[in-house]
Amino acid sequence: MPANVFNGHTDFGIGIGLRVPHYDHILSRKPAVDWFEIISENFMVDGGQPLKVLDQILEQYRVVQHGVSAYFGSAEPLNREHLKKLKRLVQRTKTPWLTDHLCWGSVDGRYTHDLLPMPYTFAAARVAARKIRQARDFLEVPIAVENVSSYAEFHVSEMAEWEFLSEVVEQADCGILLDVNNIYVSSRNHGFDPFLYVNGIPAARVAQFHIAGHAKYEKYILDTHDHPVIDPVWKLYEHALGRTGRTATLLEWDARIPSFDEVHREALKANRFIENLDARKIAA
Amino acid sequence: MLPLAPGGGMRAGAPSGRPMKAVAADFIKPSRRLTSFERLEIYNRQYWFRLKDCLYDDYPGLRAVLGDRRFERLACAYLARHPSQSFSLRNLGRRLAGFLESEPRWTAPHEKPALDMARLEWAHVEAYDNEAKPPLEAESLLAAAPARLRLKLQPHITLLHLDYELDGFLIQIRRAERLRTQASNALEERRSRPRRGLRRRLRPKPLFLAVHRHRDAVHYKRLEPGQFRLLSALQANATVAGACQAAAGAGAIPGDFAARLKSWFETWAALGWFCRLR
Repeated sequence: MPANVFNGHTDFGIGIGLRVPHYDHILSRKPAVDWFEIISENFMVDGGQPLKVLDQILEQYRVVQHGVSAYFGSAEPLNREHLKKLKRLVQRTKTPWLTDHLCWGSVDGRYTHDLLPMPYTFAAARVAARKIRQARDFLEVPIAVENVSSYAEFHVSEMAEWEFLSEVVEQADCGILLDVNNIYVSSRNHGFDPFLYVNGIPAARVAQFHIAGHAKYEKYILDTHDHPVIDPVWKLYEHALGRTGRTATLLEWDARIPSFDEVHREALKANRFIENLDARKIAA
Repeated sequence: MLPLAPGGGMRAGAPSGRPMKAVAADFIKPSRRLTSFERLEIYNRQYWFRLKDCLYDDYPGLRAVLGDRRFERLACAYLARHPSQSFSLRNLGRRLAGFLESEPRWTAPHEKPALDMARLEWAHVEAYDNEAKPPLEAESLLAAAPARLRLKLQPHITLLHLDYELDGFLIQIRRAERLRTQASNALEERRSRPRRGLRRRLRPKPLFLAVHRHRDAVHYKRLEPGQFRLLSALQANATVAGACQAAAGAGAIPGDFAARLKSWFETWAALGWFCRLR
Protein backbone atom coordinates (compact mmCIF):
# COMPACT_ATOMS: atom_id res chain seq x y z
CA MET A 1 0.00 0.00 0.00
CA PRO A 2 1.39 3.46 -0.76
CA ALA A 3 1.09 4.56 2.82
CA ASN A 4 0.00 2.40 5.69
CA VAL A 5 0.49 1.99 9.38
CA PHE A 6 3.31 -0.48 8.74
CA ASN A 7 5.52 1.98 6.89
CA GLY A 8 4.71 4.93 9.08
CA HIS A 9 2.14 6.32 6.60
CA THR A 10 4.90 7.30 4.22
CA ASP A 11 4.90 7.23 0.44
CA PHE A 12 8.47 6.31 -0.46
CA GLY A 13 9.40 5.40 -4.01
CA ILE A 14 12.44 3.49 -5.20
CA GLY A 15 15.51 3.33 -3.03
CA ILE A 16 18.85 1.58 -2.97
CA GLY A 17 21.02 0.15 -0.23
CA LEU A 18 23.67 2.52 1.11
CA ARG A 19 27.00 0.77 0.54
CA VAL A 20 30.59 1.82 1.30
CA PRO A 21 31.91 1.85 -2.32
CA HIS A 22 29.28 4.48 -3.16
CA TYR A 23 29.91 6.86 -0.25
CA ASP A 24 32.20 9.21 -2.16
CA HIS A 25 29.89 9.38 -5.15
CA ILE A 26 26.82 10.07 -3.04
CA LEU A 27 28.43 12.66 -0.81
CA SER A 28 30.21 14.51 -3.60
CA ARG A 29 27.62 14.33 -6.39
CA LYS A 30 24.44 14.18 -4.34
CA PRO A 31 22.47 12.10 -6.84
CA ALA A 32 18.68 12.25 -6.72
CA VAL A 33 17.68 9.10 -4.86
CA ASP A 34 14.30 8.79 -3.23
CA TRP A 35 15.64 7.00 -0.16
CA PHE A 36 18.43 4.84 1.15
CA GLU A 37 18.23 1.69 3.17
CA ILE A 38 21.00 1.23 5.71
CA ILE A 39 22.05 -1.97 7.42
CA SER A 40 21.39 -1.02 11.04
CA GLU A 41 24.26 -3.09 12.45
CA ASN A 42 26.82 -1.18 10.37
CA PHE A 43 25.90 1.99 12.22
CA MET A 44 25.30 0.63 15.71
CA VAL A 45 28.73 1.85 16.72
CA ASP A 46 29.84 4.51 19.16
CA GLY A 47 31.56 6.92 16.81
CA GLY A 48 33.88 7.48 13.90
CA GLN A 49 33.47 7.50 10.17
CA PRO A 50 30.29 5.36 9.95
CA LEU A 51 28.24 7.79 12.01
CA LYS A 52 29.79 10.81 10.34
CA VAL A 53 28.81 9.48 6.91
CA LEU A 54 25.37 8.59 8.18
CA ASP A 55 24.81 12.09 9.51
CA GLN A 56 25.83 13.57 6.17
CA ILE A 57 23.44 11.24 4.38
CA LEU A 58 20.65 12.08 6.81
CA GLU A 59 21.07 15.76 6.04
CA GLN A 60 19.99 15.16 2.46
CA TYR A 61 18.20 11.85 2.14
CA ARG A 62 15.46 9.78 3.67
CA VAL A 63 16.79 6.66 5.35
CA VAL A 64 15.12 3.42 6.39
CA GLN A 65 16.82 0.97 8.72
CA HIS A 66 17.14 -2.67 7.80
CA GLY A 67 18.53 -5.10 10.37
CA VAL A 68 20.17 -8.49 10.03
CA SER A 69 20.51 -9.68 13.59
CA ALA A 70 17.32 -9.18 15.62
CA TYR A 71 16.64 -12.89 15.09
CA PHE A 72 12.95 -12.80 15.98
CA GLY A 73 12.88 -16.53 15.28
CA SER A 74 15.59 -17.52 17.76
CA ALA A 75 14.27 -19.26 20.85
CA GLU A 76 16.17 -17.02 23.26
CA PRO A 77 14.82 -13.64 24.39
CA LEU A 78 15.66 -10.43 22.56
CA ASN A 79 19.10 -9.07 23.36
CA ARG A 80 18.45 -5.94 25.44
CA GLU A 81 21.85 -4.39 24.71
CA HIS A 82 21.24 -4.87 21.02
CA LEU A 83 17.82 -3.24 21.31
CA LYS A 84 19.20 -0.27 23.23
CA LYS A 85 21.81 0.37 20.56
CA LEU A 86 19.19 -0.07 17.88
CA LYS A 87 16.93 2.45 19.57
CA ARG A 88 19.73 5.01 19.72
CA LEU A 89 20.12 4.57 15.97
CA VAL A 90 16.36 4.80 15.39
CA GLN A 91 16.37 8.10 17.24
CA ARG A 92 19.26 9.31 15.11
CA THR A 93 17.84 8.28 11.72
CA LYS A 94 14.15 8.83 12.54
CA THR A 95 13.47 5.86 10.32
CA PRO A 96 9.71 5.83 9.58
CA TRP A 97 9.66 2.06 9.79
CA LEU A 98 12.22 -0.58 10.61
CA THR A 99 12.76 -3.96 9.03
CA ASP A 100 14.50 -7.19 9.97
CA HIS A 101 14.17 -10.81 8.98
CA LEU A 102 11.78 -13.53 9.99
CA CYS A 103 14.49 -16.01 10.80
CA TRP A 104 16.75 -17.26 13.54
CA GLY A 105 20.54 -17.17 13.77
CA SER A 106 21.78 -17.27 17.35
CA VAL A 107 21.91 -19.97 19.99
CA ASP A 108 23.09 -19.57 23.58
CA GLY A 109 24.60 -16.18 22.80
CA ARG A 110 26.53 -17.42 19.78
CA TYR A 111 25.83 -15.75 16.45
CA THR A 112 25.90 -17.41 13.04
CA HIS A 113 25.50 -14.10 11.19
CA ASP A 114 23.21 -15.99 8.87
CA LEU A 115 19.48 -15.77 8.20
CA LEU A 116 18.38 -19.28 9.02
CA PRO A 117 14.93 -20.52 8.06
CA MET A 118 12.46 -21.33 10.81
CA PRO A 119 10.36 -24.43 11.22
CA TYR A 120 6.90 -23.33 10.09
CA THR A 121 5.02 -24.31 13.24
CA PHE A 122 2.39 -22.50 15.27
CA ALA A 123 4.68 -22.59 18.30
CA ALA A 124 7.51 -20.91 16.38
CA ALA A 125 5.08 -18.32 15.02
CA ARG A 126 3.98 -17.45 18.57
CA VAL A 127 7.59 -16.98 19.72
CA ALA A 128 8.48 -14.78 16.75
CA ALA A 129 5.29 -12.70 17.00
CA ARG A 130 5.85 -12.08 20.71
CA LYS A 131 9.41 -10.92 20.10
CA ILE A 132 8.37 -8.64 17.25
CA ARG A 133 5.75 -7.01 19.46
CA GLN A 134 8.30 -6.57 22.25
CA ALA A 135 10.80 -5.00 19.87
CA ARG A 136 8.18 -2.65 18.40
CA ASP A 137 7.04 -1.55 21.85
CA PHE A 138 10.61 -0.88 22.93
CA LEU A 139 11.74 0.83 19.73
CA GLU A 140 8.51 2.76 19.24
CA VAL A 141 8.62 2.44 15.47
CA PRO A 142 6.59 0.24 13.08
CA ILE A 143 8.31 -3.04 12.25
CA ALA A 144 8.07 -5.04 9.04
CA VAL A 145 9.57 -8.52 8.80
CA GLU A 146 11.23 -9.88 5.71
CA ASN A 147 10.81 -13.35 4.28
CA VAL A 148 14.26 -14.94 3.87
CA SER A 149 15.55 -17.06 1.03
CA SER A 150 16.16 -20.63 2.13
CA TYR A 151 17.85 -23.82 1.10
CA ALA A 152 16.33 -26.22 3.62
CA GLU A 153 12.88 -27.15 4.91
CA PHE A 154 12.05 -28.89 8.17
CA HIS A 155 10.05 -32.08 8.64
CA VAL A 156 8.25 -30.52 11.60
CA SER A 157 6.78 -27.66 9.57
CA GLU A 158 3.00 -27.52 9.84
CA MET A 159 2.28 -25.06 7.05
CA ALA A 160 3.69 -23.42 3.93
CA GLU A 161 6.11 -20.53 4.31
CA TRP A 162 3.61 -17.90 3.21
CA GLU A 163 1.07 -19.24 5.69
CA PHE A 164 3.70 -19.02 8.40
CA LEU A 165 4.61 -15.46 7.43
CA SER A 166 0.93 -14.51 7.49
CA GLU A 167 0.43 -16.19 10.85
CA VAL A 168 3.36 -14.30 12.38
CA VAL A 169 2.47 -10.86 11.04
CA GLU A 170 -1.19 -11.24 12.00
CA GLN A 171 -0.25 -12.31 15.53
CA ALA A 172 2.36 -9.57 15.85
CA ASP A 173 0.19 -7.05 14.01
CA CYS A 174 3.24 -5.94 12.07
CA GLY A 175 4.15 -5.27 8.46
CA ILE A 176 5.85 -7.35 5.79
CA LEU A 177 8.98 -6.49 3.88
CA LEU A 178 8.24 -8.69 0.91
CA ASP A 179 11.43 -9.79 -0.80
CA VAL A 180 10.28 -11.06 -4.18
CA ASN A 181 13.75 -12.29 -5.07
CA ASN A 182 13.79 -14.39 -1.90
CA ILE A 183 10.41 -15.83 -2.83
CA TYR A 184 11.74 -16.72 -6.26
CA VAL A 185 14.96 -18.24 -4.86
CA SER A 186 13.08 -20.34 -2.31
CA SER A 187 10.47 -21.38 -4.87
CA ARG A 188 13.20 -22.79 -7.08
CA ASN A 189 14.99 -24.46 -4.19
CA HIS A 190 11.85 -26.00 -2.73
CA GLY A 191 9.67 -26.43 -5.79
CA PHE A 192 6.64 -24.26 -5.06
CA ASP A 193 4.76 -21.72 -7.16
CA PRO A 194 6.05 -18.23 -6.25
CA PHE A 195 2.78 -16.63 -7.38
CA LEU A 196 0.93 -18.80 -4.90
CA TYR A 197 3.19 -17.32 -2.21
CA VAL A 198 2.47 -13.74 -3.27
CA ASN A 199 -1.27 -14.47 -3.44
CA GLY A 200 -1.17 -16.06 0.00
CA ILE A 201 0.13 -13.18 2.08
CA PRO A 202 -1.96 -10.31 3.48
CA ALA A 203 -1.22 -7.61 0.89
CA ALA A 204 -2.45 -4.82 3.13
CA ARG A 205 0.46 -5.51 5.49
CA VAL A 206 3.19 -5.06 2.89
CA ALA A 207 5.23 -2.05 3.97
CA GLN A 208 8.06 -2.41 1.48
CA PHE A 209 9.51 -4.56 -1.29
CA HIS A 210 13.01 -5.88 -1.80
CA ILE A 211 14.30 -6.81 -5.23
CA ALA A 212 17.74 -8.28 -5.93
CA GLY A 213 19.76 -10.60 -8.10
CA HIS A 214 20.99 -14.08 -7.25
CA ALA A 215 23.41 -16.74 -8.44
CA LYS A 216 22.40 -20.00 -10.08
CA TYR A 217 24.26 -23.20 -9.27
CA GLU A 218 23.80 -26.65 -10.69
CA LYS A 219 21.40 -27.89 -8.04
CA TYR A 220 20.20 -24.76 -6.28
CA ILE A 221 19.98 -20.97 -6.36
CA LEU A 222 21.92 -18.86 -3.90
CA ASP A 223 20.71 -15.44 -2.78
CA THR A 224 23.92 -13.53 -3.44
CA HIS A 225 22.73 -9.99 -4.26
CA ASP A 226 25.51 -9.75 -6.82
CA HIS A 227 23.63 -9.62 -10.12
CA PRO A 228 20.92 -7.58 -11.81
CA VAL A 229 17.32 -8.60 -11.19
CA ILE A 230 16.22 -11.32 -13.59
CA ASP A 231 12.98 -11.16 -15.60
CA PRO A 232 11.05 -13.80 -13.63
CA VAL A 233 11.69 -11.78 -10.46
CA TRP A 234 10.49 -8.60 -12.17
CA LYS A 235 7.33 -10.47 -13.23
CA LEU A 236 6.77 -11.60 -9.66
CA TYR A 237 7.34 -8.04 -8.48
CA GLU A 238 4.78 -6.77 -10.98
CA HIS A 239 2.30 -9.35 -9.78
CA ALA A 240 2.93 -8.43 -6.15
CA LEU A 241 2.52 -4.73 -6.97
CA GLY A 242 -0.82 -5.58 -8.51
CA ARG A 243 -1.91 -6.89 -5.12
CA THR A 244 -0.41 -4.17 -2.93
CA GLY A 245 -0.52 -1.04 -5.07
CA ARG A 246 2.58 1.11 -5.39
CA THR A 247 4.84 0.45 -2.44
CA ALA A 248 8.32 1.53 -1.33
CA THR A 249 10.78 -0.64 -3.24
CA LEU A 250 14.45 -1.21 -2.64
CA LEU A 251 17.15 -2.85 -4.74
CA GLU A 252 19.78 -4.81 -2.78
CA TRP A 253 23.24 -5.16 -4.34
CA ASP A 254 25.78 -6.31 -1.78
CA ALA A 255 28.61 -8.11 -3.57
CA ARG A 256 30.53 -7.36 -6.76
CA ILE A 257 29.00 -3.94 -6.34
CA PRO A 258 29.10 -1.97 -9.61
CA SER A 259 29.11 1.81 -9.93
CA PHE A 260 26.48 3.83 -8.16
CA ASP A 261 24.87 4.77 -11.48
CA GLU A 262 24.57 1.15 -12.55
CA VAL A 263 22.95 0.13 -9.27
CA HIS A 264 20.59 3.10 -9.39
CA ARG A 265 19.64 2.41 -13.02
CA GLU A 266 18.82 -1.18 -12.11
CA ALA A 267 16.65 -0.04 -9.22
CA LEU A 268 14.80 2.49 -11.35
CA LYS A 269 13.67 -0.30 -13.69
CA ALA A 270 11.00 -0.86 -11.05
CA ASN A 271 9.43 2.39 -12.24
CA ARG A 272 8.05 0.85 -15.41
CA PHE A 273 6.03 -1.64 -13.38
CA ILE A 274 4.80 1.08 -11.07
CA GLU A 275 3.87 3.23 -14.10
CA ASN A 276 2.09 0.28 -15.71
CA LEU A 277 0.16 -0.17 -12.51
CA ASP A 278 -0.80 3.50 -12.47
CA ALA A 279 -1.81 3.34 -16.14
CA ARG A 280 -3.97 0.29 -15.49
CA LYS A 281 -5.65 2.08 -12.60
CA ILE A 282 -6.38 5.13 -14.74
CA ALA A 283 -7.73 2.94 -17.54
CA ALA A 284 -9.92 1.10 -15.10
CA MET B 1 29.23 -24.51 13.98
CA LEU B 2 30.87 -27.72 12.82
CA PRO B 3 34.17 -27.01 11.00
CA LEU B 4 34.28 -28.04 7.36
CA ALA B 5 36.05 -31.16 6.17
CA PRO B 6 39.48 -30.74 4.54
CA GLY B 7 37.86 -30.77 1.08
CA GLY B 8 35.61 -27.84 1.99
CA GLY B 9 32.38 -29.80 2.41
CA MET B 10 30.43 -30.69 5.52
CA ARG B 11 31.98 -33.33 7.75
CA ALA B 12 30.62 -36.84 7.42
CA GLY B 13 30.37 -37.38 11.16
CA ALA B 14 28.49 -35.36 13.77
CA PRO B 15 30.16 -34.59 17.14
CA SER B 16 27.87 -37.25 18.65
CA GLY B 17 29.51 -39.84 16.44
CA ARG B 18 26.42 -40.36 14.29
CA PRO B 19 26.75 -39.93 10.52
CA MET B 20 25.80 -36.38 9.51
CA LYS B 21 23.64 -37.82 6.74
CA ALA B 22 21.43 -39.43 9.37
CA VAL B 23 21.44 -36.36 11.60
CA ALA B 24 20.47 -34.08 8.70
CA ALA B 25 17.77 -36.47 7.51
CA ASP B 26 16.20 -36.43 10.98
CA PHE B 27 15.13 -32.80 10.69
CA ILE B 28 15.65 -31.57 7.11
CA LYS B 29 13.49 -32.63 4.17
CA PRO B 30 15.33 -33.62 1.01
CA SER B 31 14.38 -31.78 -2.17
CA ARG B 32 14.12 -33.12 -5.71
CA ARG B 33 17.75 -32.20 -6.38
CA LEU B 34 19.40 -32.18 -2.96
CA THR B 35 19.64 -34.61 -0.07
CA SER B 36 19.08 -33.42 3.49
CA PHE B 37 22.85 -33.55 3.98
CA GLU B 38 23.49 -31.36 0.93
CA ARG B 39 20.89 -28.81 2.02
CA LEU B 40 22.42 -28.50 5.47
CA GLU B 41 25.86 -28.33 3.91
CA ILE B 42 24.94 -25.11 2.09
CA TYR B 43 24.48 -23.39 5.46
CA ASN B 44 27.56 -25.01 6.94
CA ARG B 45 29.71 -23.75 4.08
CA GLN B 46 28.16 -20.28 3.98
CA TYR B 47 28.84 -19.85 7.69
CA TRP B 48 32.54 -20.49 7.29
CA PHE B 49 32.87 -18.47 4.08
CA ARG B 50 31.16 -15.48 5.66
CA LEU B 51 33.16 -15.43 8.88
CA LYS B 52 36.49 -16.17 7.26
CA ASP B 53 35.82 -13.38 4.76
CA CYS B 54 35.22 -11.00 7.62
CA LEU B 55 38.56 -11.82 9.26
CA TYR B 56 40.19 -11.68 5.84
CA ASP B 57 38.99 -8.09 5.43
CA ASP B 58 39.86 -7.00 8.96
CA TYR B 59 43.37 -8.49 9.06
CA PRO B 60 45.22 -7.69 5.82
CA GLY B 61 48.45 -7.21 7.78
CA LEU B 62 48.29 -10.56 9.50
CA ARG B 63 47.55 -12.17 6.14
CA ALA B 64 50.65 -10.53 4.74
CA VAL B 65 52.75 -11.83 7.63
CA LEU B 66 51.43 -15.38 7.40
CA GLY B 67 50.39 -15.78 3.77
CA ASP B 68 46.84 -16.60 2.71
CA ARG B 69 46.88 -20.35 3.33
CA ARG B 70 48.24 -20.16 6.83
CA PHE B 71 45.93 -17.27 7.59
CA GLU B 72 42.95 -19.37 6.52
CA ARG B 73 44.00 -22.24 8.77
CA LEU B 74 44.44 -19.83 11.63
CA ALA B 75 41.03 -18.24 10.96
CA CYS B 76 39.32 -21.65 11.06
CA ALA B 77 41.05 -22.61 14.30
CA TYR B 78 40.24 -19.26 15.89
CA LEU B 79 36.59 -19.31 14.87
CA ALA B 80 36.20 -22.89 16.07
CA ARG B 81 37.58 -21.86 19.47
CA HIS B 82 35.89 -18.45 19.64
CA PRO B 83 32.58 -18.38 17.77
CA SER B 84 31.02 -14.95 17.38
CA GLN B 85 29.31 -13.72 20.52
CA SER B 86 28.28 -10.37 19.14
CA PHE B 87 25.44 -9.31 16.87
CA SER B 88 28.05 -7.41 14.87
CA LEU B 89 30.82 -8.92 12.77
CA ARG B 90 32.85 -5.86 13.71
CA ASN B 91 33.71 -7.65 16.96
CA LEU B 92 34.76 -10.94 15.40
CA GLY B 93 38.49 -10.37 15.95
CA ARG B 94 38.20 -9.21 19.55
CA ARG B 95 39.91 -12.31 20.96
CA LEU B 96 42.31 -13.05 18.12
CA ALA B 97 45.43 -11.63 19.78
CA GLY B 98 44.68 -13.57 22.96
CA PHE B 99 44.19 -16.71 20.88
CA LEU B 100 47.57 -16.22 19.21
CA GLU B 101 49.22 -15.83 22.59
CA SER B 102 47.68 -19.03 23.87
CA GLU B 103 48.20 -21.03 20.66
CA PRO B 104 51.37 -19.74 18.97
CA ARG B 105 51.65 -22.85 16.80
CA TRP B 106 49.28 -21.27 14.26
CA THR B 107 51.79 -18.53 13.51
CA ALA B 108 55.15 -20.27 13.98
CA PRO B 109 57.84 -19.29 13.10
CA HIS B 110 56.44 -15.75 12.91
CA GLU B 111 54.83 -15.77 16.35
CA LYS B 112 56.01 -12.38 17.51
CA PRO B 113 55.33 -10.27 14.41
CA ALA B 114 52.01 -12.10 13.94
CA LEU B 115 50.93 -11.34 17.49
CA ASP B 116 52.06 -7.73 17.18
CA MET B 117 50.16 -7.39 13.92
CA ALA B 118 46.98 -8.89 15.38
CA ARG B 119 47.15 -6.41 18.25
CA LEU B 120 47.79 -3.50 15.90
CA GLU B 121 44.94 -4.48 13.58
CA TRP B 122 42.48 -4.89 16.44
CA ALA B 123 43.57 -1.47 17.73
CA HIS B 124 42.78 -0.17 14.24
CA VAL B 125 39.24 -1.61 14.46
CA GLU B 126 38.77 0.03 17.85
CA ALA B 127 40.14 3.36 16.65
CA TYR B 128 37.87 3.33 13.61
CA ASP B 129 34.52 3.46 15.36
CA ASN B 130 34.90 3.60 19.13
CA GLU B 131 33.35 6.54 20.90
CA ALA B 132 34.99 9.97 20.92
CA LYS B 133 33.95 11.87 24.00
CA PRO B 134 34.05 15.67 24.12
CA PRO B 135 37.75 16.52 24.40
CA LEU B 136 39.22 18.36 27.30
CA GLU B 137 40.75 21.76 26.52
CA ALA B 138 44.40 22.43 27.38
CA GLU B 139 43.32 25.33 29.62
CA SER B 140 41.42 23.03 31.96
CA LEU B 141 44.57 20.94 32.37
CA LEU B 142 46.64 23.92 33.38
CA ALA B 143 44.16 24.94 36.05
CA ALA B 144 44.14 21.59 37.88
CA ALA B 145 46.54 20.27 40.54
CA PRO B 146 48.70 17.46 39.05
CA ALA B 147 48.90 15.59 42.37
CA ARG B 148 45.14 15.06 42.41
CA LEU B 149 44.26 15.25 38.73
CA ARG B 150 43.39 12.03 36.89
CA LEU B 151 42.77 12.11 33.14
CA LYS B 152 40.89 9.70 30.98
CA LEU B 153 42.05 8.88 27.47
CA GLN B 154 39.56 8.72 24.60
CA PRO B 155 37.98 5.26 24.18
CA HIS B 156 39.33 5.06 20.63
CA ILE B 157 42.98 5.20 21.76
CA THR B 158 44.99 2.00 22.17
CA LEU B 159 48.56 2.14 23.45
CA LEU B 160 50.81 -0.57 22.06
CA HIS B 161 54.32 -1.70 22.86
CA LEU B 162 55.34 -3.83 19.87
CA ASP B 163 58.47 -5.84 19.24
CA TYR B 164 58.36 -5.08 15.53
CA GLU B 165 58.09 -1.85 13.60
CA LEU B 166 54.82 -2.71 11.93
CA ASP B 167 53.16 0.65 11.49
CA GLY B 168 54.68 1.50 8.11
CA PHE B 169 54.27 -2.10 6.99
CA LEU B 170 50.56 -2.10 7.75
CA ILE B 171 50.02 1.29 6.13
CA GLN B 172 51.59 -0.07 2.95
CA ILE B 173 49.48 -3.20 3.05
CA ARG B 174 46.25 -1.33 3.63
CA ARG B 175 47.06 1.11 0.84
CA ALA B 176 47.71 -1.76 -1.57
CA GLU B 177 44.45 -3.44 -0.51
CA ARG B 178 42.51 -0.23 -1.05
CA LEU B 179 43.96 0.25 -4.52
CA ARG B 180 43.17 -3.34 -5.40
CA THR B 181 39.58 -2.99 -4.19
CA GLN B 182 39.12 0.24 -6.08
CA ALA B 183 40.46 -1.37 -9.23
CA SER B 184 37.99 -4.23 -9.03
CA ASN B 185 35.32 -5.49 -6.71
CA ALA B 186 35.31 -8.93 -8.28
CA LEU B 187 35.39 -11.66 -5.67
CA GLU B 188 37.79 -13.80 -7.66
CA GLU B 189 40.47 -11.19 -7.30
CA ARG B 190 40.25 -11.00 -3.53
CA ARG B 191 43.09 -13.38 -2.76
CA SER B 192 46.20 -11.37 -2.17
CA ARG B 193 49.54 -12.04 -3.74
CA PRO B 194 52.30 -13.48 -1.58
CA ARG B 195 53.98 -10.73 0.41
CA ARG B 196 57.34 -12.40 0.88
CA GLY B 197 59.23 -9.24 -0.09
CA LEU B 198 57.39 -7.18 2.46
CA ARG B 199 57.68 -9.87 5.13
CA ARG B 200 61.43 -10.07 4.71
CA ARG B 201 61.67 -6.40 5.59
CA LEU B 202 60.26 -7.04 9.06
CA ARG B 203 62.98 -6.55 11.63
CA PRO B 204 62.60 -6.74 15.38
CA LYS B 205 62.76 -3.26 16.81
CA PRO B 206 60.75 -2.02 19.78
CA LEU B 207 57.98 0.36 18.85
CA PHE B 208 55.64 2.36 21.07
CA LEU B 209 52.44 3.41 19.37
CA ALA B 210 49.20 5.19 20.09
CA VAL B 211 46.55 4.02 17.65
CA HIS B 212 43.90 6.71 17.59
CA ARG B 213 41.37 8.55 15.48
CA HIS B 214 41.75 12.15 14.43
CA ARG B 215 39.31 13.90 12.12
CA ASP B 216 37.65 10.55 11.38
CA ALA B 217 40.84 8.90 10.14
CA VAL B 218 42.80 6.24 12.02
CA HIS B 219 46.41 7.16 12.78
CA TYR B 220 49.38 5.32 14.25
CA LYS B 221 51.34 7.85 16.29
CA ARG B 222 54.80 6.81 17.37
CA LEU B 223 55.63 7.53 21.00
CA GLU B 224 58.83 7.89 22.93
CA PRO B 225 59.21 5.30 25.72
CA GLY B 226 58.61 8.02 28.31
CA GLN B 227 55.45 9.16 26.55
CA PHE B 228 54.23 5.58 26.42
CA ARG B 229 54.87 5.11 30.13
CA LEU B 230 53.08 8.33 30.96
CA LEU B 231 50.00 7.59 28.88
CA SER B 232 49.87 3.99 30.09
CA ALA B 233 49.97 5.23 33.67
CA LEU B 234 47.11 7.64 32.97
CA GLN B 235 45.14 4.79 31.43
CA ALA B 236 45.82 2.79 34.57
CA ASN B 237 44.23 5.59 36.61
CA ALA B 238 47.41 7.22 37.97
CA THR B 239 47.33 10.91 38.84
CA VAL B 240 49.03 13.24 36.40
CA ALA B 241 51.87 13.69 38.89
CA GLY B 242 52.25 9.92 39.28
CA ALA B 243 52.14 9.41 35.52
CA CYS B 244 54.82 12.07 35.00
CA GLN B 245 56.97 10.29 37.55
CA ALA B 246 56.44 7.05 35.64
CA ALA B 247 57.44 8.82 32.46
CA ALA B 248 60.69 9.98 33.98
CA GLY B 249 61.54 6.35 34.68
CA ALA B 250 64.15 5.10 37.13
CA GLY B 251 66.92 7.32 35.86
CA ALA B 252 67.58 10.91 36.74
CA ILE B 253 65.02 13.39 35.50
CA PRO B 254 66.59 15.44 32.72
CA GLY B 255 66.77 19.16 33.18
CA ASP B 256 64.41 19.98 30.32
CA PHE B 257 61.88 17.38 31.37
CA ALA B 258 59.27 19.90 32.49
CA ALA B 259 59.41 21.64 29.13
CA ARG B 260 59.04 18.33 27.34
CA LEU B 261 56.09 17.33 29.49
CA LYS B 262 54.39 20.61 28.67
CA SER B 263 54.95 20.07 24.99
CA TRP B 264 53.61 16.47 25.16
CA PHE B 265 50.46 17.50 26.98
CA GLU B 266 49.89 20.36 24.56
CA THR B 267 50.15 18.00 21.61
CA TRP B 268 47.88 15.38 23.14
CA ALA B 269 45.35 17.95 24.20
CA ALA B 270 45.38 19.39 20.69
CA LEU B 271 44.71 15.90 19.35
CA GLY B 272 41.78 15.66 21.74
CA TRP B 273 43.14 12.61 23.52
CA PHE B 274 41.93 13.59 27.00
CA CYS B 275 38.24 13.39 27.40
CA ARG B 276 37.34 14.34 30.93
CA LEU B 277 38.68 15.00 34.36
CA ARG B 278 38.19 12.37 36.98
